[in-house]
Amino acid sequence: MAKLTELEVNGKRYPVNYPPDTPLLYVLRDELGLTGSKYGCGEGQCGACTVLIGGAPRRSCQVPASAAAGKPVVTIEGLEKDGRLHPVQQAFLDAGAFQCAYCTSGMIMSSVGLLQTNPSPSQADIVQFLQGNVCRCGTHPRIIDAVCQAAKIMREHGR
Amino acid sequence: MNNVEGKLFIEPERYEFTAASIHQFELARRDFFKILGAGIAVFAVAKDAPAAQETAPGHRSFHNEDLPKDISAWLHVGEDGSVTGFTGKAEIGQNIRTELAQTIADELRVPFESVRMVMSDTALTPFDAGTFGSRTTPTMTPQLRRVAAAARDILVEAAAKEWNVAPTGLVAANAKVTDPASGRSLKYAELARGKTLAQNLPAEDPITPAIDWTIAGKAIPKVDGRAFVTGRHQYTTDLQPAGMLYGKVLRPPSFGATLTSFRQNETKAMPGVFVVRDGDFVGAAAPTEREAQEALDAVKAEWKEVTQISNKELFAYFKQNGAAKTEDRFRKQKGSIEEGLANAAHRLDATYSVAYIAHAPLEPRAAVAQWTDGKLTVWTGTQRPFANRDELAAAFRLPESSVRVIVPDTGSAYGGKHTSDAAMEAARLARAAGRPVKVVWTREEEFTWAYFRPAGVIEIKSGIASDGALTAWEFHNYHSGASGIETPYVVANQRTEYHQVPLILRSGSYRGLAATANHFARETHMDALASTAKMNSIDFRMKNLADTRMRAVLEAAAKSLGWPRKKTREGQGFGIACGAEKGSYVATCAEVSVDRGSGAVRVVKLVEAFECGAIVNPDGLRNQVVGAMIQGLGGALFEAIEFENGRIKNPRFSSYRVPRFRDVPEIEAVLLDRKDIPSAGAGETPIMAVAPAIGNAIFDAAGVRLNNLPMVPNGLRLA
Ligand code: FES
Ligand code: FES
Repeated sequence: MAKLTELEVNGKRYPVNYPPDTPLLYVLRDELGLTGSKYGCGEGQCGACTVLIGGAPRRSCQVPASAAAGKPVVTIEGLEKDGRLHPVQQAFLDAGAFQCAYCTSGMIMSSVGLLQTNPSPSQADIVQFLQGNVCRCGTHPRIIDAVCQAAKIMREHGR
Repeated sequence: MNNVEGKLFIEPERYEFTAASIHQFELARRDFFKILGAGIAVFAVAKDAPAAQETAPGHRSFHNEDLPKDISAWLHVGEDGSVTGFTGKAEIGQNIRTELAQTIADELRVPFESVRMVMSDTALTPFDAGTFGSRTTPTMTPQLRRVAAAARDILVEAAAKEWNVAPTGLVAANAKVTDPASGRSLKYAELARGKTLAQNLPAEDPITPAIDWTIAGKAIPKVDGRAFVTGRHQYTTDLQPAGMLYGKVLRPPSFGATLTSFRQNETKAMPGVFVVRDGDFVGAAAPTEREAQEALDAVKAEWKEVTQISNKELFAYFKQNGAAKTEDRFRKQKGSIEEGLANAAHRLDATYSVAYIAHAPLEPRAAVAQWTDGKLTVWTGTQRPFANRDELAAAFRLPESSVRVIVPDTGSAYGGKHTSDAAMEAARLARAAGRPVKVVWTREEEFTWAYFRPAGVIEIKSGIASDGALTAWEFHNYHSGASGIETPYVVANQRTEYHQVPLILRSGSYRGLAATANHFARETHMDALASTAKMNSIDFRMKNLADTRMRAVLEAAAKSLGWPRKKTREGQGFGIACGAEKGSYVATCAEVSVDRGSGAVRVVKLVEAFECGAIVNPDGLRNQVVGAMIQGLGGALFEAIEFENGRIKNPRFSSYRVPRFRDVPEIEAVLLDRKDIPSAGAGETPIMAVAPAIGNAIFDAAGVRLNNLPMVPNGLRLA
């Protein structure tokens, strides 16, 4: 396997020394110190580790770091721009769509991914899309509300 | 044949443990002001400490000097007017950080934003038994109110002194003390400046009744919400102190297995990697998690396993091994069951069961441990930091003062994070490595080596008169626990008994613990009795209920659902259940849809009325109530731990099903605010009536009584 030397995360280039087959989640968290992406299961079943790779939401625990080479990676830390929250972050905050909030980064990243391809999701679309994200605290109804609200705001502001 | 060889005992009601007076007051007054700066502080003196007598505070008197060492701080008002509250409680997603800050702001009369909470740090916060059993709201909010009231007294007194007037006429409001007579005022910040005033907590202090709350009672959003939506908040799993290594533990192949031989493959010895064997404990610490795992993979270990029973034999085992002679405290009797049954117009007996289930908090058990000069600091997501500290101190033979446990706001627990396992492992590895070590359990470890909500068998014998009045009620719970075991219904002849059974799987607290099992059995049985009596489920319950708070939640839930509802679709069904526990009341209505062809069961709607006295934060409360309803749905329908030969067979999210978006029905939570009743906790009770409400709805839809939790792990099998 080719040696992985660099990753582009949140618009910044990071040198990488971890072996290239290391799941991206561990490189992000342990090597780059970007701990906003969470470990919840390590088997692609909970969505807590979701990041955008080349714009698409991916479970970073299932992606070898090498597969992200040369593609822009966006994590929860990269959503806020100039001190302004991404509309999805803002909507989660406004809706109080968290309890322990351990699932929140993954929920937000998945939702950002959804809204990129489907700017006007129905409730059923959201449920379908977030089916792979676990919230053990049972905050689901507020999360759905937050995504609807974010979609509305983003449509209105053309983002 | 205990899977853990009798070392552990089931803790039937951990939340009955009270804050015993094991006083650990580290921070002397002088150190305290050194850390937080000058200002005004309130301390609590150990009730039974000898020092307390000497300084027993005359109400509204100052104790500037010579406070006893045995003090612990609860509140500080700084020179800039910032307020710091101290509590040993932990934030685990129940939003208590916000609620407690609200409480202090309300009673001290300061803006909410000026209050910061220091929580669950054994070196900084007063002793606390733990965050469980829905105890925080009923005990900690009045405690912090008394503390804040005492601080307010000091501030008023200081202003009075300044102006040379009597304190009685002065008014504290908006972070100021005002003299209405002259119109002059002084800010708290000004009053605190240059002072190190402290007061011991008076035994009693009049606190503001709920009806006069201004900041408490409001839907204030979670503090630090922004840190959570940006990923900035650091959970235990996210901490990375300089030089930290990653720890991994070699797990036995099955419960109760002991290590018989251990060999390290020397050729594989890696630089910077530490492998530790200590008794049956084998672990590794390395610069990366992967290297730690590789180090363990290179270990040759042999284990001696012990025979275990599987979940298939479980219920028979419970019945055979249940203590025939129960402890007095687990046995209640009134009237004569025999007479009650003899006089019954109808009798109904039934057996119910509940499976072991897992908490599966999304943040797994984790700890970071660091040794400095023989002292140990551990960051860990636990509900019991002080108990963890004591366990660590005992295990490493240290005085308690040499161990500090800090709980970062945690990725939930639901009763599952009482023990110090991960903390112990990280500390052991860190001591060997001489560097900080982080241990984060994998999901599989979490599902296997944590503890479970105990399974149980419940037997009920009952009788009713021809008018539907209960004449006899006999209730036996084997193993799952005594919480919520007593019937809230009026019945002259009753017996309830909890039979302890030797432990099979390691078990402990779980949101509501046995109250869920006991309510499931009782409320399913009550529904079956209603059918026997040919009465409407609500009328039948009302007939047998005197408790007005219970009647009120039943009425509210029924009204919200529009009970009794006409069925408009094939397979539709409605059910209701209610209960009370730990000072709060719940009634849940469920609408289900059963597909007779496929056996698929869908919960279409859940409506819940909940009452826990005066509501401190309706927004946080709603989150808790809805969350409990969704979590309860998992245990009701499909969650179950399967095990065989001392191994968990479904230790993953791919094999242990938890509620997901598609499972979530339309949800309505009706919160009844009783300002005339002291606030009770809300973490647990809202889960209790979910399963029986759903079960009763399934009966309504399909005519089948499901007496075992989970009810439909593989869909409904219709005969
Ligand atoms: S940690 Fe990646 S999906 Fe659960
Ligand atoms: S808020 Fe706790 S897991 Fe979702």
